[in-house]
Order: sequence, then structure tokens, then C-alpha cells
Amino acid sequence: MFLAKITITLRKSILDPQGKAVLHAVESLGMKEVREVRIGKYIELKIDVETREEAERIAGEAAGKLLANPVMEDFTFEVEKLE
Amino acid sequence: MRKVKFGVVVFPGSNCDHDAYYMLKHVLGQEAVFLWHKNSSLEDADAVVLPGGFSYGDYLRCGAIARFSPIMKEVIAFAKGGGVVIGICNGFQILCEAGLLPGALLKNERLRFVCEFVHLRVENAATRFTSECRPREVIKIPIAHGEGNYFADSAALRQLEQNERILFRYSSPGGMITPESNPNGSVSNIAGIMNSGGNVMGLMPHPERASDPALGFTDGQKIFNSVIKSLMTRNRLNEALSVERS
Repeated sequence: MFLAKITITLRKSILDPQGKAVLHAVESLGMKEVREVRIGKYIELKIDVETREEAERIAGEAAGKLLANPVMEDFTFEVEKLE
Repeated sequence: MRKVKFGVVVFPGSNCDHDAYYMLKHVLGQEAVFLWHKNSSLEDADAVVLPGGFSYGDYLRCGAIARFSPIMKEVIAFAKGGGVVIGICNGFQILCEAGLLPGALLKNERLRFVCEFVHLRVENAATRFTSECRPREVIKIPIAHGEGNYFADSAALRQLEQNERILFRYSSPGGMITPESNPNGSVSNIAGIMNSGGNVMGLMPHPERASDPALGFTDGQKIFNSVIKSLMTRNRLNEALSVERS
């Protein structure tokens, strides 16, 4: 069994009004050093296969075809073995 | 003469399906059937409507899960074969997710759900979806969405522009395309587009909510009447051809 941890972010070219609103809130907390906030999604998949390669293939396919929309989002993932 | 038969797809979470059905059947006098999302048949509909709503609770992304409903296989094959498909609001989002239309619909720029009447300028009146409008006519139709901020990358946008596939833009009542008349941040004020084949249309505004004379607004009828007219012409031609053959 493997655990795929998938991170989905808005593509750099796309404005993130939600992130902007949160940035203002962070600033009003007094943290003037924060320059930018971008909001994304985090998704975990438990994948029942024998090898890491197979788990990576499935995670990549699920992210590319469903979990992220390539028109507006990028994704990265890592796979770890569950004991 | 045979009426035009519309199939209105019902996803779990659709909530404008009855509006579309009522308007097509009882206001415009055509035939309409509901198509449950688990069906694998379009029941010989001449045109398919993907209605507004919150299919699958907008989980993951608007339209992302509905796009994998069993009936979408049929809708995609139908569209690829030239069948007429109309996506309204959530239906537009589903068509983008399914890859039948380019681009995507992001959260409204000001992050608010917007429910109000807007003015739309008809950018191309020479399509089967807009033939009942005058070129550059301004029509008044309501919107109701939180994620209607149309986005397409510059290459896709150029293609839409060059092939006159942008059908409606948010405008002032006088037909000016201004930032003030853009309710959601859509690129180039885009409210509705069609595919390169001219048979698939998606739009965020709700023409079915501005079609019943009892409500006082009927501009939405122009869009459906355009489609009905084009399908009636096609059906008549097909009938004439089959008579000739037999």
C-alpha cells in the first residue's frame, strides 16, 4: 500500500483573488513580511499496488485526468510506502 | 411538422433542469425529456441541454465530476458527431471540463456569488445559437454564479476571436464593453462561446430564466428560438431527403 500526496496549485499566470484576500488578513495580523499568498488543494490517495512505480503512475494519471484541470492548475505529488 | 426534441440532462445537484424543461416544452411548445445522468441513451433528442445547478455539490471543481457521469460519454460522442449541445452555467462548466469547449471557469474575481440581470452584446449573430438576434444587439438576461470567471490562455483566446466563436460579451445597456459591466472578471468580458464546429455552446447567463412572458423578460427566447429554427430546417431537409430516397 502506498500513500500519494498530491498538491494542486493555480497556475502562475492566473490571479488568485482568494489568496489576495488572505494576504490582506495576514498583513493585518502584523506580518508585513509576507509578500504573496496562493491557495491550492491537497489530496491524499491510498493506492493498493505492489510497486512504487505503479503507485506513481496511478497518482499521476488521477491528478492529470481528474484532480487537477491543466487549463488553470499545476500539480506535484510524492508517493510514500505505508507499513 | 415535427417538433424539436430537447434532452435535458439531470445530474445530482442540477437545479435549473425544470426551468429549462418548462421553458422548452410549455413556453416554446417543443418536445422535452429529462435524461438522468446514469442513462446511456440520449433518447433520440435533436439537441441536448446541460442545465445550471451545482452538480455533485461542485466538489473538487465545478463540473469536474459530472463530466465523468455515464451520460457524458454519449453527450461527447453526440457533440463530436455534430449534435447540438447547450451548456448553461454549470452546464458551461461541465462542457469546459469535458474538453468540448476551451478554457475554464474560475472563481469570480470579487469572490462573491453574483445573482443579477446583466446585459450581453451579441458578438456573432450568424450562428445557429444567435440567428434570431440582430448583430451587436444587446440582450438582458440574468446570471447566478460564484464561478463564472471565464479564463482561456492567449492562444485559445486568439482562436476564439479569430473564428468569431465568442457569442456574447458582458456589456453596458448601450452595448459598450467596459470593466464596470463585467460581473465576474471574465477575460475580454466573455459570457458565452461556441466550439469550432459551431454545434456546442456554453454560456454563464440563464436564458431559460428570461423566456416566459409572464416574468416580463423574453430575451432568452431568442437564443432557444435560433436553435429551434436551425434544427427544424435540418429536420425538414432530412425528411425531404428520405422521401426522395424512398
